[in-house]
Amino acid sequence: MPREKIPRQQMPEQEADVRRHNFKEVPFGFTPELAQREASRCLFCKKPKCVAGCPVNIDIPAFIRLIKEGDFDGAAKKLKEENALPAICGRVCPQEEQCEIVCVTGIKDEPVAIGRLERFAADYERDNNLVTIPKKAPATGKKAAIVGCGPAGLTVAGELAKLGHDVTIYEALHQPGGVLMYGIPEFRLPKAIVNAEVDYVKKLGVEIIYNAVIGRYLTVDELQGQYDSIFLGTGAGLPYFMNIPGENLNGVYSANEYLTRSNLMRAYLFPEYDTPVVQSKKVAVLGGGNVAMDSARTALRLGAEEVNIIYRRSRKEMPARIEEVHHAEEEGVVMQLLTNPTELLGDEEGWVKGMRCIRMELGEPDASGRRRPVPIEGSEFEIEVDTVVVSIGNGANPLIPQTTEGLDTNKWGNIIADDQTCVTSKPGVYAGGDIVIGAATVILAMGAGKQASQAMHRYMMGIPEPEPEPKDDKKDDKK
Amino acid sequence: MNKIVMKKVLSEGVKEFEIESPQIAKSRHAGQFVIVRANEKGERIPLTIADANVEKGTITLIFQEVGKSTMLMGSFNEGDSFLDVVGPLGKPTHTENFGTVVCMGGGIGVAPMHPIAQALKQAGNRVIAIIGARSKELLIMEDRIKAASHEMHISTDDGSFGVHGFVTDVLQSLIDKGEKVDLCVAIGPVPMMNASCKLTKQYDIPTVVSLNPIMVDGTGMCGACRVTVGGKTRFVCVDGPEFNGHEVDFVELVKRQRAYLPQEREAREQYQHECGHHNHH
Repeated sequence: MPREKIPRQQMPEQEADVRRHNFKEVPFGFTPELAQREASRCLFCKKPKCVAGCPVNIDIPAFIRLIKEGDFDGAAKKLKEENALPAICGRVCPQEEQCEIVCVTGIKDEPVAIGRLERFAADYERDNNLVTIPKKAPATGKKAAIVGCGPAGLTVAGELAKLGHDVTIYEALHQPGGVLMYGIPEFRLPKAIVNAEVDYVKKLGVEIIYNAVIGRYLTVDELQGQYDSIFLGTGAGLPYFMNIPGENLNGVYSANEYLTRSNLMRAYLFPEYDTPVVQSKKVAVLGGGNVAMDSARTALRLGAEEVNIIYRRSRKEMPARIEEVHHAEEEGVVMQLLTNPTELLGDEEGWVKGMRCIRMELGEPDASGRRRPVPIEGSEFEIEVDTVVVSIGNGANPLIPQTTEGLDTNKWGNIIADDQTCVTSKPGVYAGGDIVIGAATVILAMGAGKQASQAMHRYMMGIPEPEPEPKDDKKDDKK
Repeated sequence: MNKIVMKKVLSEGVKEFEIESPQIAKSRHAGQFVIVRANEKGERIPLTIADANVEKGTITLIFQEVGKSTMLMGSFNEGDSFLDVVGPLGKPTHTENFGTVVCMGGGIGVAPMHPIAQALKQAGNRVIAIIGARSKELLIMEDRIKAASHEMHISTDDGSFGVHGFVTDVLQSLIDKGEKVDLCVAIGPVPMMNASCKLTKQYDIPTVVSLNPIMVDGTGMCGACRVTVGGKTRFVCVDGPEFNGHEVDFVELVKRQRAYLPQEREAREQYQHECGHHNHH
C-alpha cells in the first residue's frame, strides 16, 4: 500500500535577528501534532539500524510508535529505560552521525527526526509533571563513588542506583552537569532542563557532593577506602592554546573561560550577577567545532557587532554539527575558512587589538584522514579584533593521575581504560568519557557510562565478567 | 557547612574569618588556597589558606576588601555561612631544610606567607620573617608571624613602626650584615614581589613568589589565571600558585590583574550605593 509522503517536520524556532540578542532557547520544539506527523514517517523496521547507531541503545522504533499513538508519556518512559537524560540528548546529540544517518527512511527521503522526537517526548513528560521514579532493585549494600557530575558520571550514577547500589557523586564545581552546565550555552541547552534531568538522577537516590575536587579534597586512594568501586568521569578540562605570540593579552580567552563566565557564572547578567565578562565589538573565535559555534553565538548575544570564526581547514572538515554552523551563520557569524592566526597584536595596556593571519590551502590527508592545511606563502594579513576566543580543543586534566598511585595514562595524559568494561589499571577503579577518549560528545560519554556501570555492578557483586578479560593479567603487571 | 565561627577586623578593610571546613582543614598543606563564593550570584574568589586547625575542623581566611565581592564577604558575620568553599587548590609549598630562609610578606601578603613560614620552620629551617605595611595600623599577624619564625623584622612605608622603608630595604641590610640567605619567599602586591626578586637576583638567592591572578574555576579548566614563567605559559591554579620569582613576567601579570577594572568599579559603586538596604542571604 503506498504511504502518504510526509516531509521531515521542522521545529519552529526564534527568528535569527531576534534570537541573536537573547539567551532563550532557539528552537521551540515540536507541537504534539508535528511530533505525531513526524513519528508517522517511521517505518518501524523489524531490525532497526537506528538502535545500533545509538551509543546507549534506545529502543527508537518503540518510543516513536508510542508518540505516533499519542502516548507521549509512555514514549518518555521508554526513552528513560536506556537513557536518564533524554531532554539533553534530544538537544545536543549529533543524531545525523548516529541514529539518523542509518535510518532507512533516509535512503530515499530525509531520515526520521529521531532527536527532535526524543526531545519532544522528554519535554512533554517534564512540562506536564509526569516524571516518575522507576522501580529500583533491592539495596545491595554496596557503595560507589563517581568523580565528576557530567554526562558520563550522571549516567553511571543513575544506572548503579537503579541496580540498588548506594551512589555518591563528587563534583568539583558548585553546580551539577559538568560541560552541560558550564560549556553548552542556555540558548542551546536551557539550564532548567539540565537541572530537571539531574534532579531525576537525584530522585533515583544519588547523592551529589559539590565543591569536592578529587585529588586535593580527597584522593582516589582515600575514596577507595570508603567505597566498593569508583568511576572517574572528570572530562577534558584543560584548554589548549595556539602557542602563538600575544596569547596572554587581555581579551584573549579559552572557550572554556568565556563560556564558563557566561553560562555557569551568568556573566551575561552582570552586574546583577557578580562575575564580569569583557564587552566586545569585534570578536574572533579560533576553531571549527561545536564549542567554537557556541562561543561565537554567545559573543553575539553579549553584544558583539562582528564575530568571525577563524578555521584553518575548509567547511567540509569543520567538526561542528551542520545545524550549529547553519544557526551561527543565520545569526550573522562570518566564517573565515582556510585561515590560521599567526600572532595576536596588543596595545600598551596589554589588550588585544589585532590578529595576524595567514591563508591556508589543503594538502595531503593527515593522521586524522582530513586534508592537511598548508600555509600559502606571502598571504599574511591583519584583522582588527578586541576579543579572541581560543576554541581548539581540550586535553586531560592531570590532577587525578598525578595524585593517584598506579593509575596509568597514555602519552596525552588520558586515563587508560578497557574499551568494554572501562576498568583502569587500578582494580575497582573505572573511567570513561572525555578523560579517556579525549574531547568528544555528550552521548559517547554516556555510552561509556553505561558500559562502566555494568562492569562496576559485576565487580561489586562478585559476578564474573562474561568473557575472560585480560585485565587480571594487566593488574599483576602493575604490581 | 562553611559556617563562620570567628570574625575579626585586623586593620582597616582587612578581615579574618575562621570557617568550619573539617575536610579542607585536614587535607590542606602550606601554600594552598580555596575558592569562596559568598552567595548564589557571587563570583568565585581565590583566597590563600592562612591557617588551619584540624581538631576544630576550621580554616582561616584573611582578605582585604577591595571590590564588591570581598566587601560582600566582609559583611558576613559569625554564624553566617559562605555558600561555597572549594579546596584545597594548587600545589603545596615545596618544603625541605634549605638552611636559612627569609620569608617576606607585604601588606595582605603576610597572610599567605604565614603557613609557609610555619612549614619551613617545621622542616628545620632558620626562618627570618620580614613583614611590612604602608603604616602601623595596616600591619597584620605580627604575633603569629613571630611564632612562625626565629627572627622577625618589621618595616612600614611611612616609618610609623619598625624600619622606615620597604621590606626589601630590610632584606638589603640583612645581606649587607653578611647574613647568608639560602631561600627567599616573597608574597605581597606585585610591585613588592617584583622589587624583592630584582634584589635577590643580584645576590643569586633562589626566590619563591605566590601569585594571585584572576581565576574562575581554579581547577585548570579555564586558563584565566595564566602567567608567563620562564617564557612559558603556566596556569597558576594547577601549576602554582608558587613559582620561581626570577622567571615570572610581572609586567604581564599586572596587566592581566587589571582586565576587569571598569566592571569592578561599576559593581563596587552599585554595591556601596545599595549597601544600606542590602541583604546577602
